[in-house]
Amino acid sequence: MAFLDISGLSKHFGPNLVVRDFDLGIEKGEFVTFLGPSGCGKTTVLRMVAGFETPSAGAIRIDGRDVTALRPSQRKIGMVFQAYALFPNLTVAENVAFGMKVAGASRADIAARVGEMLGLIRLSDLGGRYPFQLSGGQQQRGALAPALAIRPQVLLLDEPLSALDAKIRVSLRQEIRAIQRELGITTIFVTHDQEEALSISDRIVVMNGGVAEQAGAPFEIYNRPATRFVASFVGTLNLIDARVLDAAVGRVSAGGQELTLGRPLPAAAGASVALALRPEAVTLGSRPGQDVLLRGTVAAAEFLGSVVRLRTRVGDQSLSLDTFNNAAVPPPLPGETVEIGFASSDVLLLAD
Amino acid sequence: MTRPLPSRENSPLRYVGVAPFLLFTGLFLILPTGYIVLGAFRAADGGFTLDHILGLNTPSIRNAYWVSIRISFWSALIGSAIGLGMAAAVIHGGLPKAFRGPLMTFSGVASNFAGVALAFAFIATLGPAGLVTLWLRSEFGVNLRAQGFNLLSTTGLIVTYLFFQIPLMILIIAPALDGLKREWREAAETLGASGLQYVRMIALPILFPSILGCFALLFANAFGAVATAIALTGSSLNIAPILLFAQIRGDVLGSPGLGYALALGMVVIAGVANALSIWLRTRSERWLR
Amino acid sequence: MTRVLAWAIFLFGVFYFVLPLFGMTEFSLRMRRGVYSLDAYRVVLADPQFQATFAYSTVMALLTIVIGVLIVVPTAYWVRLYLPRLRPVVEFITLLPLVIPPIVIVFGYIRLYNTSSWLPMTGSSTGTNLLLLCGYATLALPYMYRAVDTGLRTIDVRTLTEAAQSLGAGWFTIMSRVILPNVLVAVLSGAFLTFAIVIGEFVMAALLNRPAFGPYLQLMGANKAYEPAALAVIAFAITWACMGLIALVTRLQKFTPAPR
Repeated sequence: MAFLDISGLSKHFGPNLVVRDFDLGIEKGEFVTFLGPSGCGKTTVLRMVAGFETPSAGAIRIDGRDVTALRPSQRKIGMVFQAYALFPNLTVAENVAFGMKVAGASRADIAARVGEMLGLIRLSDLGGRYPFQLSGGQQQRGALAPALAIRPQVLLLDEPLSALDAKIRVSLRQEIRAIQRELGITTIFVTHDQEEALSISDRIVVMNGGVAEQAGAPFEIYNRPATRFVASFVGTLNLIDARVLDAAVGRVSAGGQELTLGRPLPAAAGASVALALRPEAVTLGSRPGQDVLLRGTVAAAEFLGSVVRLRTRVGDQSLSLDTFNNAAVPPPLPGETVEIGFASSDVLLLAD
Repeated sequence: MTRPLPSRENSPLRYVGVAPFLLFTGLFLILPTGYIVLGAFRAADGGFTLDHILGLNTPSIRNAYWVSIRISFWSALIGSAIGLGMAAAVIHGGLPKAFRGPLMTFSGVASNFAGVALAFAFIATLGPAGLVTLWLRSEFGVNLRAQGFNLLSTTGLIVTYLFFQIPLMILIIAPALDGLKREWREAAETLGASGLQYVRMIALPILFPSILGCFALLFANAFGAVATAIALTGSSLNIAPILLFAQIRGDVLGSPGLGYALALGMVVIAGVANALSIWLRTRSERWLR
Repeated sequence: MTRVLAWAIFLFGVFYFVLPLFGMTEFSLRMRRGVYSLDAYRVVLADPQFQATFAYSTVMALLTIVIGVLIVVPTAYWVRLYLPRLRPVVEFITLLPLVIPPIVIVFGYIRLYNTSSWLPMTGSSTGTNLLLLCGYATLALPYMYRAVDTGLRTIDVRTLTEAAQSLGAGWFTIMSRVILPNVLVAVLSGAFLTFAIVIGEFVMAALLNRPAFGPYLQLMGANKAYEPAALAVIAFAITWACMGLIALVTRLQKFTPAPR
């Protein structure tokens, strides 16, 4: 059994079913991210693991022990909140020491652990400061330490970076990951920022409307999304409406042109399907390995520096593609006819 | 048609706008108070003297102040405790959220229902022929008077004062209680603290300046109250405001200067308490940002 | 806080507050021996002294509101617009009536403005009435100022003024047609609070020997048995009505100022 085992978790708030049938097994030392838009239930699942919400159904087991009925103070869980919950009347060092003080540890032990933690989060010089004297990033780093100081079995982070500036967010997320790796603590990280999730997680659970739509490594989630929601929430996605011509062979008509996908389609002839393509899978002109070439016109060309993002029209469909900047070749102008190539194997067929 | 002055112009004409205000408060607030305060130091011949202040040092006047301080202290202490309890019960105690609005509205009403009418309400309830007094006698055979409780006394005054002290506390401490973030409580829980430990180590220290500030405010509030005391005890109780009242009415102390000194004492005590209150309450805002 | 403890404290508090209110109401109905009746109220309302003093205090309250508005609204406006650095001073002054016991203030009036002084206001009954009026306005000052200041904070005073000026409005027009309507809710809140304060006020009226409602109440309390309870019920009802009107007016505020 996994170290942190969540089985059949559901939660009602009155008549609303906020979380439905959530199953997940997390290995020891794994860094799992719950990713989804607001209201998808990710924070509710986290709070149920922490013990602040009681599940309507289901169970949570940590290291074999059923903790579903236990209060948060009995679960040995560390939690970092969005609004950095440092106690304002205590210094940073006293905040870090709080958990151990409550548990009745000796002064020497507390001092040693506090020093260790402050070093870990790189706030050794600021231990005597009060929270209001620190910047947002420092406060969030500071909020991490008390949670880690009690040597929790599981570390829970509830959108800890949402309130910070973009630059700090990037550096702090890498720091959090590094610390987590060093200490080997099983971690659940909740966020709505897909770039954050992709960059630091071992596994991502994409949630929507209270249900986990897909769970897997970042590479899997991005390249092999299971549903249309996952595909569109994680990364940008091209969606082309096509009509099925021959289901067995995978021949469809899109944007007035025909192409063959080389795999059977789950729809009958005449039905419409959605073809999904990542922008990086689409190229200007043909490349080796590609078997589809469509003709279209350039609608707009955005020069973003290292990347040129072209928006093209193929018949009545839009297709967006990214190419790297080439100093020798300027981007095409709007109205130019271009050839658009991709491999039929790169086309994602998505369940809705 | 007058053209208003540009704000950047450094002209003394700008002060025209506040002239009525300064004139009014000068004539009817600052000057009268100043006259009394200075009068405490003014000898009959117009020179400076400390005799009036020293003249306060008689047993009956000392007693008057002391009783006033006692009444103010206890009504403020009990009022703070119960007010804090009620506000905390409604805001953090898990009571239905719908209780908060009515409690605040009622507190607004009750904190203004002071004065003579309040005394009547308590006389009708706990007085010699009061509802509760008679009920206790007929149902339980308990004679309130024999048990030592007399509404027309300092204890009765304290009980009566609570009617506007408790709501005042509720109104002022509610924003501070709101400032206690839910995350702090939850963070304390995940770190292993029990509810009591959270209150002792986090919530109370954070709230303490506000609570103390409110206590000082309640103290000053009770100290200056006259109407309820007179209506309840018939101006026979020897407390500072009643003594001053009698002195203004009829110079019972036999020396006008003593009256000034008495008033000065009240201003000093109420003033210090209020200043302390304001200082403490603004300090606490630092933590509850 | 455990839910049990919360309920216990809350119910204890409710009990403490309900009891005197219930007591005074019950007592006021007991005038006729053996049966509940409104006799006490009938007697009170028919009493010419009641009518005279209540009318006196009501008129004083209304005049106090007028004076309060006339002094506070222009001052708060002016300070906000032209003298922002004077604000702490003005605010401090408006807090003084809360700090200095009213009995000391009226003591000062008696000593300072008696017949042998440079401003003999207590010489005539009109003069004394005026003095009492100013005393009441002083007592109500903190509440009125805070209400109006809060109201002004939510509207952009500078822009409104400049817009009105560019349309040719003079100072008086700006105040009465532009500023006042926009802070009406705040002014009304302050007005109702002032009314509640003045109606039951005792110390100033008693020491200045004016026929106000407060001293009348105290006189009744010293001499009668059931009428005081009825009067207390009436007084409480008035206080409740004032607070209720404040809540009503605040909720009926038709526009929400744009967030700044």
